Amino acid sequence: MSEVLERSRLGAMGATVAALPPHMVLTEEATRDEVPTFWVSRGQIREVLKAVKRAGRLRMLFDLTAVDERQREHKAAGLPYGGYTVVYHLTSFDGPLDDLRLKVPVPADDATVPTITDLWPNANWLEREAWDLMGVVFEGHPALRRIMLPPTWEGHPLRKDHYARATERPPFTLTDEDMMREQEALKFDPEAWGMKRHSDNSDFMFLNVGPNHPSVHGVFRLMLQLEGEFIVDAVPDIGYHHRGAEKMAERQTWHSFIPYTDRVDYVGGVMNNFPYVMGVEKLAGITVPDRAKMIRIMLAEFFRLSSHMVFYGTMIQDLGQLSPVFFIFTDREHVFEIIEKICGFRMHPAFFRIGGVAMDLPKGWEGEVKAFLDYLPKRLDEYDKLVMQNPIFKARTKGVGVYSTEEAVEWGVTGPGLRATGHEWDYRKIAPYSGYDQIPFEVPVAHNGDCYDRALVHVEEMRQSLRIIRYCLENMPEGPYKAEHPLAMPPPKPRTMHDIETLIHHFVGVSWGPVMPPGEARSCIEATKGLNSYYLTSDGGTMSYRTRIRTPSFIHLQQIPLLARGATLADLIAIVGSVDFVMADVDR
Amino acid sequence: MVWWWAIIVILGTVFGVLAVAALSTMLERRLLGFFQDRPGPNRVGPFGLLQVAADAIKMLFKQDWIPPFADKPVFFIAPIIGFLAVLISFAMIPITPSWSVAGHLNVGLLWVFGMMGLHVYSVVLGGWSSNNKFALLGAMRATAQMISYEVFMGLSLLGVVMTAGSFALSDIVEAQKHVWFVIPQCLGAVVFFIAGIAETHRLPFDLPEGENELGAGYHTEYSSMKFGMFFLAEYAGMALIASLVTALYLGGWSGPILPPVVWFVVKAFLLLCFFILLRTALPRPRYDQLMAFGWKVLLPLSLLNTLVTGAVLLLRAGA
Repeated sequence: MSEVLERSRLGAMGATVAALPPHMVLTEEATRDEVPTFWVSRGQIREVLKAVKRAGRLRMLFDLTAVDERQREHKAAGLPYGGYTVVYHLTSFDGPLDDLRLKVPVPADDATVPTITDLWPNANWLEREAWDLMGVVFEGHPALRRIMLPPTWEGHPLRKDHYARATERPPFTLTDEDMMREQEALKFDPEAWGMKRHSDNSDFMFLNVGPNHPSVHGVFRLMLQLEGEFIVDAVPDIGYHHRGAEKMAERQTWHSFIPYTDRVDYVGGVMNNFPYVMGVEKLAGITVPDRAKMIRIMLAEFFRLSSHMVFYGTMIQDLGQLSPVFFIFTDREHVFEIIEKICGFRMHPAFFRIGGVAMDLPKGWEGEVKAFLDYLPKRLDEYDKLVMQNPIFKARTKGVGVYSTEEAVEWGVTGPGLRATGHEWDYRKIAPYSGYDQIPFEVPVAHNGDCYDRALVHVEEMRQSLRIIRYCLENMPEGPYKAEHPLAMPPPKPRTMHDIETLIHHFVGVSWGPVMPPGEARSCIEATKGLNSYYLTSDGGTMSYRTRIRTPSFIHLQQIPLLARGATLADLIAIVGSVDFVMADVDR
Repeated sequence: MVWWWAIIVILGTVFGVLAVAALSTMLERRLLGFFQDRPGPNRVGPFGLLQVAADAIKMLFKQDWIPPFADKPVFFIAPIIGFLAVLISFAMIPITPSWSVAGHLNVGLLWVFGMMGLHVYSVVLGGWSSNNKFALLGAMRATAQMISYEVFMGLSLLGVVMTAGSFALSDIVEAQKHVWFVIPQCLGAVVFFIAGIAETHRLPFDLPEGENELGAGYHTEYSSMKFGMFFLAEYAGMALIASLVTALYLGGWSGPILPPVVWFVVKAFLLLCFFILLRTALPRPRYDQLMAFGWKVLLPLSLLNTLVTGAVLLLRAGA
């Protein structure tokens, strides 16, 4: 009986690892977030991953990252820590929620692990990122080079001994020679990416699209190998929007990092706060009151609407239809008016707090929300006629950029991009968080996995978001909007005037911020563009020891060359438009 | 025609076309604003009308940059060809029975087509001499698109020419005394108008410029008045197509009560507005879809139109 319980806690993937011969797995770790976690030696990691992948279907390499353990003070007893830990996170997309975390310790003076790019193609960028930022070498990787930082960069900034602020360095100067050197380094060299300059009967044209181009949605660069207008191959280049959000998290208190999360997916607003505060709440063991939960859901759905509106409008504009983007942005303005009335801020309200939200809902919010709920559906129907039923729009998007569910999972695609392949998998249904299980809504799916279906899923999700918001409007519970927990809020100010103990706690809590108990917690949500997760490590300090932000955009972008091959330049624009991404969400 | 009247007509037409081209940029921006729930430019002068002047001043005084990697003489001459070709075509348009530079010329329509053929060179040479990959892709698309659509444009007009029995535009207008050609030649009119949109590369057929794909297409490297000439040529081209449709299918200046010039201007103006409405409403097809549409739909339609018109005319002549 106990073994059965044990197995169900582990999930199918965890059970596979637990059943492996003992020499392959070093030990199991108990974690706060209850994700089955195993330590594996680097000699065995490929075999273990292979075994897990083969034991079932639709198993995704959800995330791959590294932690610098050298300055960590609170290491759990009995675990084989090295200088760095490479963390693999797998998620199964077949059936109920099934996560698995594998940790590989590597010594600080020999930080190498074998690559797994042959097992999961999306490991390519994840390994490049881990090498770029943490300096862990992935042996056998086909092109282990800088991805976020410029090719001329020295050092690995997420290492604990790397400086975190410009003031820790001498003043920055850029001489003309340095500038020329930097520019030279950015030049595209087709041979370096294994591209030929000629085919048997023609010369290829290499076209540099971006980082400044009207249709790449920010600073995204694509180097295309063209034959006429047909794309032979493409190499994406990212990192122009990299701000080091993960490093900043190590220098901000648990509370003061919240506004930074807003800016990760800058059209997602509070949707970014969501996984972060939930992760901290898991670390601290805070229970959030029901009213706060529902306020969070309502605001998150408003931002899903707003983000999908940006997607819808800009995708259509990329295909040359000029007007809908203006209509849709007018609607988005209404969303922002409501958000501003509730939060006091429009795009980046940073409204969620550890343990709840910043303020209670303002008086009269119901009327505003209700008016909007009555207004938008008619407009959406109008856009259906204008866009989704437009024959030119259909001709441009149907059968373009097609991938199957299996391919999506291989490449790490989640969110609307996965549901457009006919796979009904929504984190809000699979692992309901924050009370999504009480709210009736449907998960829209489409079946062809092309650009049109991705747009279609987005549009239907907007209707479902409206449904969720209406439910929140009608069923908003009464009660506190924030948890009464010492780690969530300082003692009430009036009480500090009566005894010194409360005053000290208030002073420390406000000036330093709360101290989170040591441990690790990961929290994941169905964000606007796919699964967004925060993997937080606390070393018992006022700041995070390591914050890993897994964003959907970063993972999705990697797939663009695959979809672009054989398509025309115009198709590429449709594909780029239909893969919902934001460059800040890619580069973090 | 008296010589001084001829000079007035010529100068009037040239400056009239320039003014119409400049004002139609304004019309377009205000109408786009209207269709898109926003005001459009309304700050400079009454109703924002002086925006045109402000734009012209800006265009003239901007740095006129020729990229060092460009083929300079060709780069210089390309916009001039395009602009002149459109301007000269207007000589054939009979605005009223008395106001037209050469509306009676017996090769009027052929002249217009010749000039449109020349216009292709401006786009091709501009894109090629810029030595820019986006410009080259734009020019490549433009060549194929304009040459193909000229074919259907010419064929669609055969019906009109057969019925009127003349290539001179004023004769064609006269021939519509009883019924506008848009009714018997409706198929031809539709094909002609679609081909006209493609010929002026306006949305939805703006693939040579396709800003979402190619930045600015063939005129990516152009600045200042050289760009201004491409820009004016596009709007003058729109006015030309509108005038041609008016003269060929909508009875030109003819209409009751009001003076002929008003009728002509009103018809052409409404067509211009329709051009702009199309731009707000439709997305852009892909390059191969555009070509397929031309060769597989428009070509058979225009051939069918010619065939049926010819058959009807023969039957009538026999009877």
